[in-house]
Amino acid sequence: MSEHHFIVSSSPHVRQNTSIQRVMFGVVIALVPAVVGSVYFYGLRALLLILLSCLAALITEGLIQRARGVPVTIGDGSALVTGILLAFNVPPGVPWWMPVVGSVFAIAIGKQVFGGVGYNPLNPALLGRAFLLASWPVQMTTAWIPSRGGTLSGISLEGVDVVTQATPLAVMRKVTEIIADPNSTTHQIVQAREVLAELSSSESIANLFTGQVGGCIGETSAVLLLIGASYLMFKHYIEWRIPGTYMATVAVLTWVFGGPSGLFTGNALFHILAGGLILGAFYMATDMVTSPVSPKGMIIFGVGCGVLTSIIRLVGGYPEGVSYSILLMNVATPLIDRHTRPKKFGEVGKSG
Amino acid sequence: MVKVGDEVKVGSVIGEASGFVSVPVHASISGKVTAVGRFPHPLGGEQQAVVIEGDGEDVWHESVQPRANADSLTPKDIVDIVRDAGIVGLGGAAFPTHVKLSPPDSKPIDTVILNGAECEPWLTADHRLMLERPGEVLEGLRLIMRALGCERGFVGIESNKPDAVAAMKAAVPQGAGIRVVMLQVKYPQGAEKQLIDALARRQVPAGGLPMDVGVVVQNVGTALAVYEAVVKGVPLIRRVVTITGTPVESPTNFMPRIGTPVKSLVEQAGGFKDDVSKVVSGGPMMGMTQFTTDVPVIKGTSGMLFLGPSDIDTRPPDPCIRCGHCVHACPMKLLPTTIEKYVMVEDIERAVEIGLNDCIECGSCAYVCPSHRRLVHQFKFGKYLAWELKKKADAAEKEKSN
Repeated sequence: MSEHHFIVSSSPHVRQNTSIQRVMFGVVIALVPAVVGSVYFYGLRALLLILLSCLAALITEGLIQRARGVPVTIGDGSALVTGILLAFNVPPGVPWWMPVVGSVFAIAIGKQVFGGVGYNPLNPALLGRAFLLASWPVQMTTAWIPSRGGTLSGISLEGVDVVTQATPLAVMRKVTEIIADPNSTTHQIVQAREVLAELSSSESIANLFTGQVGGCIGETSAVLLLIGASYLMFKHYIEWRIPGTYMATVAVLTWVFGGPSGLFTGNALFHILAGGLILGAFYMATDMVTSPVSPKGMIIFGVGCGVLTSIIRLVGGYPEGVSYSILLMNVATPLIDRHTRPKKFGEVGKSG
Repeated sequence: MVKVGDEVKVGSVIGEASGFVSVPVHASISGKVTAVGRFPHPLGGEQQAVVIEGDGEDVWHESVQPRANADSLTPKDIVDIVRDAGIVGLGGAAFPTHVKLSPPDSKPIDTVILNGAECEPWLTADHRLMLERPGEVLEGLRLIMRALGCERGFVGIESNKPDAVAAMKAAVPQGAGIRVVMLQVKYPQGAEKQLIDALARRQVPAGGLPMDVGVVVQNVGTALAVYEAVVKGVPLIRRVVTITGTPVESPTNFMPRIGTPVKSLVEQAGGFKDDVSKVVSGGPMMGMTQFTTDVPVIKGTSGMLFLGPSDIDTRPPDPCIRCGHCVHACPMKLLPTTIEKYVMVEDIERAVEIGLNDCIECGSCAYVCPSHRRLVHQFKFGKYLAWELKKKADAAEKEKSN
């Protein structure tokens, strides 16, 4: 052995065997069940869109890094996660180039402009989705495909003429509007109430849970997303605070204010399972880079997302509000972090 | 104190204390002084040292005599003996023990905690000591309690050492006011402030000392040294040292004399069977790397850890992804990632404001960081900058008042 070539460095001298790559591929593994589910529900078309989206994300990241003259790190898995999540957030019937454009935007403008992994203030995938929604609103809100063995809305709308074919959240929104509208005819209101009862039935809830409904590629099956989320929790890559407070806030607000027949008549379970809440709460609001680091900050972040989502769903212009809520709270993250510094060990006097 | 050619015996004073927060050094073997000069030191660089060539006789100095009257000593007597015996904290920081035993009157001490939690992984020195010398360790604790005039003593041992817990429990004398407590296995359980929190349920205020909450913490090795000094009259000339690590042929705990070259302990442990990349004085989380094995065992050497190429992680740091794992890991409840960012832009005032100086450098944050960021390195650097700033501010203050 060479006596005089010992490495001299600062402590600690051992490290946990972990890396950005490990964390990111953990997220990819967690997303696999939902990917498989999307192919089952919407056919090979879903797989094609996911692959194109990932490919676009990886190539964009690599090209920009090369142009910037920094090490190419497309192997760290972060662009892959963005690619999958972006595809998960578009309807299965959109043209093939749309997720590609979304991914390019997400990586180029959402991430690399700020300096790459770790420096982006907003969740890149959600920013990409917002860009697509603003640019091609029609495709992004109508290119739905009924899931295999199910319907688009999760219930049968035969013989009902008050609503057209739409996703569960859109149907819910429509019938709630009809019931609240003084100009609705009695026939319309009767039909709307029937549909509402249908939506709240255990059969409809079960469809939302398994994913037998229409929606964005990766958001429909609550059970498959939850399987992946429990893996992430088990690996300590995410923890309960953000998704827990997010969903609890949505549950309480939609129960209190979401019903057509006054306060405390809303269906909280429907609102948790429908749309992109599960996907958003467990996979996108928990994005490490763009959410607070302190425990108290995470709770504020989760509650904030929940309040915004509920407001958008119940009174805003869109049937769904998960992605905008998270983006808005991303913007607030530095502010939240600054004001939620944990109390130091042994800190006394005024609370920190 | 001594010059080349002097004959010394075991226990001869070879270095005198220069102030209140320092202690004398004693010859640990008998023989002839062959050199006085600067030699490599485990805390970095070179320090003044005395080289003694042993005569193999092990002749003890006449002052080393057992005390028959140990039971009738006053607290002041005990503190004086501890100081003159050159005793320092043997957990690693090597803070003079008599200072801890002389709290100001305004800070009465009601609890003594004996730290058997073994500060770091790999090191087993305290564990062995509790198994092999439980009675003497506890006698040492009783002497410390007497010196401080307090009635309550705890021995905190992590639950992964049930044999040590059993041995210590069996050795506790009736009515001594001493409780042996099993602690959760959790790094850094052996850190002073965390230990006080776990045992006495008191939080030392940020920037404060254990005595602020009426507690004194001592390492089990220190307790043994106190016993040996007070009862047997032996100054601090030896300690338990763990020689360990994957490249070491047979990892062993030794009780060498202070000043023994680390190299010869390694030979005793069978030498190396593999390449050595890093030599660490202390444990893997907080220890200091050495550039040579020509360093001696000093009073604060709890162990020498040798790490092979496969033990160390030289991956370069990646950008922080704000995962918050460091925040979870920090036992002082700080925000390591945020402090690091302030240090890196040299906004030291902000860094200090959010707790830079409260960092105990335990290494937990850097251990868990998926981006392999050099958090502790930055904090040490930041603390140095903070210290410089303070010095400058103090100087400016002085200037003004003149």
